[in-house]
Amino acid sequence: MSSSTYVQLVDLAKHFGKVRALDGLSLDIAQGELVALLGPSGCGKTTALRALAGLQELDRGQLIVDGKDVTFQSASKRGMGMVFQAYSLFPHMTARENVEYGLKLKTHKTAGDKRKARSAELLELVGLSTHANHYPHQLSGGQQQRIALARALAISPKVLLLDEPLSALDAKVRTQLREEIRRIQMELGTTTLFVTHDQEEALSIADRVGVMRNGQLEQIAAPSELYDRPKTSFVAEFVGLTNPISGKVSGGSIEILGSVVKTLPGSVTSGTGIALVRPESIDVVASKSGNAKVAAASFLGASCRLNITMNDGAKVTAQLPSSDAAGIGAGATVSVSLLDMPVFVKAAG
Amino acid sequence: MKKRWGVRIWRWSIITVVGAYLIVPLYAMFDFSTKPFGFQDKGRTLRAWQIIPSQQDLMISIARSLITAGIVMSLILFLIVPTAIWVHLKLPLLRRPFELLCLLPLAIPAIVIVVGIAPLYRWISIHLTESPITLSGVYSMLILPYTYRSLSAALDAVDIHTLAEAARTLGANTSRVIFGIIMPTIKTGIVNGSFIAIALVMGEFTISNILNYKTFQVVIAQIGRTNGNVAVAVSLASILFVLVILLAIPTKKRRSAVLDVDLV
Repeated sequence: MSSSTYVQLVDLAKHFGKVRALDGLSLDIAQGELVALLGPSGCGKTTALRALAGLQELDRGQLIVDGKDVTFQSASKRGMGMVFQAYSLFPHMTARENVEYGLKLKTHKTAGDKRKARSAELLELVGLSTHANHYPHQLSGGQQQRIALARALAISPKVLLLDEPLSALDAKVRTQLREEIRRIQMELGTTTLFVTHDQEEALSIADRVGVMRNGQLEQIAAPSELYDRPKTSFVAEFVGLTNPISGKVSGGSIEILGSVVKTLPGSVTSGTGIALVRPESIDVVASKSGNAKVAAASFLGASCRLNITMNDGAKVTAQLPSSDAAGIGAGATVSVSLLDMPVFVKAAG
Repeated sequence: MKKRWGVRIWRWSIITVVGAYLIVPLYAMFDFSTKPFGFQDKGRTLRAWQIIPSQQDLMISIARSLITAGIVMSLILFLIVPTAIWVHLKLPLLRRPFELLCLLPLAIPAIVIVVGIAPLYRWISIHLTESPITLSGVYSMLILPYTYRSLSAALDAVDIHTLAEAARTLGANTSRVIFGIIMPTIKTGIVNGSFIAIALVMGEFTISNILNYKTFQVVIAQIGRTNGNVAVAVSLASILFVLVILLAIPTKKRRSAVLDVDLV
């Protein structure tokens, strides 16, 4: 994977009536990288993707792919492979014909044999060689999206664009398919932009995740960094769960739950602030002289989630490995402390 | 079991009543067409049917009406269908006005349309041609309510926006999107619309009669004035003829393989 910038979105803006879908969005993607855009609905992530595909005109901004300005190039000439949220296979064509469609248009001179070989190769890649002659109505949702992926990849796209391709599928298929997308993407080294509102999906397969809000990029970073070192309170609260706990901030630290922990850059620097603490950063030990009581405990398999009421009435949620939570049930008296992990602190009120 | 029998009887009685409603008049026509109508006839005769091919006017009029139907069909395929797709795809705000416009021919009686259109056809017959084929113009307007409805329903049933966008990202230009992707997708709607159009063109009488064009139905009416038996025989033949044409229009069925829905 090269670290050179391959795709550049520069200061993109788009208004729909009074709604600002994109408001100065800039984003660089390296060659072979998988970047996920994550955000609540209406944050502009799909608009950004569609703009890159050439399906959405922009009010302002520039799109550069492989050193060429494609801002005003039509969608049919951009060479982007796209998989849509809605099932988009051509219903009158078989799976194979769907995969070959882009090749037919792209290379009039390419012999039919070559085309067939390419479609066979891609059907193999998505694991559906045996379904080549099936029509879309004979395929399940997951199979249809795999074929759509093969179709998008058949034209050897400059960038693969995935517009929430898994959101119509059920949970199990979704997990399987997202792993498969990642495998194929790594295998082919295709630069990919993936749009989703599902944070688990974004965090699990992307090289970098960009969190969007109101048409702007809040933060873009590797999944672990985004989770552990959020730069804004929106990112901290949107990605994963947080406990808002108020405390006094001074000298780059905050005092909460009886512990002093460092604050992350971008946090409030003085006065009273609200720390956004991850449930896994809270340590819980059963202790008769503890400072809190467990209100409810839920077993999640590998981990256990505890809803805890502090003696001062504050409520926090902690998540710890099931082995550590053994014997801690509802009603137990526990002592709660913080692990030494920096937290993001937002202004109180 | 008792209830099942009841349902079955009910079902068959409906089929019988509807079947009788459709078939009895046709049988009556056949019966009438085989009745003796000359001095030389004794008992049943097929003479009315045998005379049909010798009616030159009739044969020419059938050919003309078929050509007209063909022209109307190509107007549907190359003008109305792409327009309907374009409106659905690109001009959603124009959908209602367009629909209203297409329904107008249904609200205006044929006789009123004739009165309005007569001067135009007078001019056409003086300066261009007297051929009844020019009627395809007014016919393609008459069929609008039916064809547009069936096209619109077909277009609403599929997500043509996503299909069009998918095709565009794969390199298809607008004409490929319309003719290569969307038209095959709404094939059933197009075929249904065309059926109605053919039936309407073959059966239209008022306009062609008043404008004085010798179309199929006009010629049948003329024959009917001189020989009722032949007229009825021709009418029955025309019904069967149109039926055969409609059945002959290729509607490639989707190959129905076993539906296997795996988990992924």
